[in-house]
Amino acid sequence: MSHDRTDDRTGALGRRDVLGLFGGATALTLLAPGEAPAQPIRSSARIVILGAGAAGTALANRLSERLDGAQITIVDPRVRHYYQPGFTLIGAGLKPANYSVSATSDWLPRGIAWIEEGAAEIDATAKTVTTTGGQSLDYDYLVVATGLKLDFDAIEGFSMDLVGTNGIGAVYAGPEQAAASWAEMDRFTSEGGQALFYRPATGMKCAGAPLKYTLLTDDTARRKGTRDNVRITYAAHSGSLFGVPIVNEKVRMVFERQEIDVVHNHVLRAIDPGAKTATFDTPEGQETYDFDFTNVIPPMRAPDVVRFNSDLSWQDGPLAADGWAEVDKHTLRHGRYPEVFAVGDIAGVPKGKTAASVKWQVPVVEDQIVSLIAGTEPTERYDGYTSCPLITRVGRAMLIEFDYNNNLVPSFPGVIAPLEELWISWLMKEVALKATYNAMLRGKA
Amino acid sequence: MQELTFETMFAVFQEMFGAGLFWAMVIAALVVTMAYLYVLIRDRAVSWRKFLWAQLSMPVGAVVAVIFVQRITHSQFRDLGGPIDWLVLLGVAALGAVGAAILVYTVESLIWRRSHDEVS
Ligand SMILES: Cc1cc2nc3c(=O)[nH]c(=O)nc-3n(C[C@H](O)[C@H](O)[C@H](O)COP(=O)(O)OP(=O)(O)OC[C@H]3O[C@@H](n4cnc5c(N)ncnc54)[C@H](O)[C@@H]3O)c2cc1C
Repeated sequence: MSHDRTDDRTGALGRRDVLGLFGGATALTLLAPGEAPAQPIRSSARIVILGAGAAGTALANRLSERLDGAQITIVDPRVRHYYQPGFTLIGAGLKPANYSVSATSDWLPRGIAWIEEGAAEIDATAKTVTTTGGQSLDYDYLVVATGLKLDFDAIEGFSMDLVGTNGIGAVYAGPEQAAASWAEMDRFTSEGGQALFYRPATGMKCAGAPLKYTLLTDDTARRKGTRDNVRITYAAHSGSLFGVPIVNEKVRMVFERQEIDVVHNHVLRAIDPGAKTATFDTPEGQETYDFDFTNVIPPMRAPDVVRFNSDLSWQDGPLAADGWAEVDKHTLRHGRYPEVFAVGDIAGVPKGKTAASVKWQVPVVEDQIVSLIAGTEPTERYDGYTSCPLITRVGRAMLIEFDYNNNLVPSFPGVIAPLEELWISWLMKEVALKATYNAMLRGKA
Repeated sequence: MQELTFETMFAVFQEMFGAGLFWAMVIAALVVTMAYLYVLIRDRAVSWRKFLWAQLSMPVGAVVAVIFVQRITHSQFRDLGGPIDWLVLLGVAALGAVGAAILVYTVESLIWRRSHDEVS
């Protein structure tokens, strides 16, 4: 940093500082394949994208850069775009509800059509999608990016209007519900009592989020000096706390240190808001626990359009029951309908239900479609990259990144230790993640 | 993270401080840098007396920068968890120190523009 002391000092230092913060090995991939702004390919293909969330929007932007003349149609009834990783920060009282909200239209590229309706039915043989408004859309390529369905109806006794009352939170449900969860968590950590956390037994987005919220509740109580009056129980759905063994072991240690009680093989079945109890299915039968605060996280499944009104779900295997789209785990191309792809949470692959995964999946689908159109061989593969900055308290997190093989795949090897609770990892979650996400939506990251 | 482009970094900073504060800081940095270059060219030499004051401002700049970053990120000193955290903290402090030094030097030079006596 000794050169050019007078010239553009802020710029030079600022840039380096960022490289130090967010760069590391990542900077080396600047020239990675897919980056080269190739000449757009002429095409008249009709491409229909279902869902304008993280994956659908990013893909729409990238495809419209790569293709010239293609008819791209995106279908999504939701006018508000949600930056969902922010829900955790809203639920911890660190950000207001509007932190996660923007307009869907703000992110969509020019020159594509947005149909503000839901997809109601997909006929993959006839290659048409029918919308909730009755429109019929023919496609040459279909990208399913509908995210997943939070199946709150599966929890007996729960209804959305309970959130923010009776000690009931639901950080997953949306930005307003996350804010209402904070109000309850704030009250609870002042008054004391029993907090009860858990996760569903289905596949889920950001499997670290239930753990983070447990630890954030612990931290909030400690900051208020009320931790002695607070009991925290985490009811794991299986025999472990996290699917990646090496991470599981670390989380177990952190929970032990923070005096969080853990029970295993508990799956939430019902809540009773009046009695403030939650009932779980366990191998020993149903068990009921008291709570003064809880974060309801429901089972997550493929949205109905895919699960019930299409032939795109897995027909057997572990991903069939919840209707996840049957795609190859490396190419994200459908197993039986080669012009169909699934990207994001809906993809029936063993890992990867995070926004960080979307960032790695989208270029793969882009490469597949552009190659099909251009008649070339696709080269990109998705290896299951999943990332989850596991907050252990306000100010510290672990930057956990892994792949299909449960290997840790740190972006900054030797610089940011994945299993260490670090301030820099917190900085990434709190300040860098949303910016990176936004850049991804625009197809720039 | 997969790729790091200038655009991404730009977006990161804008997000970090909010668009208003971000641009205010960019403009302030540009103005101070230009004023600094201006006094260097005008005086054709570094004034060591002014530089002494500038140096004295460095610790203040370092502390202010650290506190600023901590406030923006809901963090405290107790959150430092490993060597990389200390490096980031030192980086922030160094930026603050250098920034303060340039600022003080420039302001001094602009205010006491007639103090040519000390320039040999
Ligand atoms: C509390 C919480 C914390 C999280 N934390 C992190 C984190 O720290 N890091 C991280 O990387 N990820 C995190 N995630 C996960 C991340 O937000 C998701 O993985 C990501 O948004 C998935 O993108 P997607 O496009 O597949 O789905 P979404 O972004 O959910 O978008 C799906 C879109 O499809 C639309 N849609 C649904 N059904 C239909 C239909 N029938 N027709 C048309 N459109 C439809 C929806 O309206 C929506 O706009 C978190 C999520 C939550 C809820």
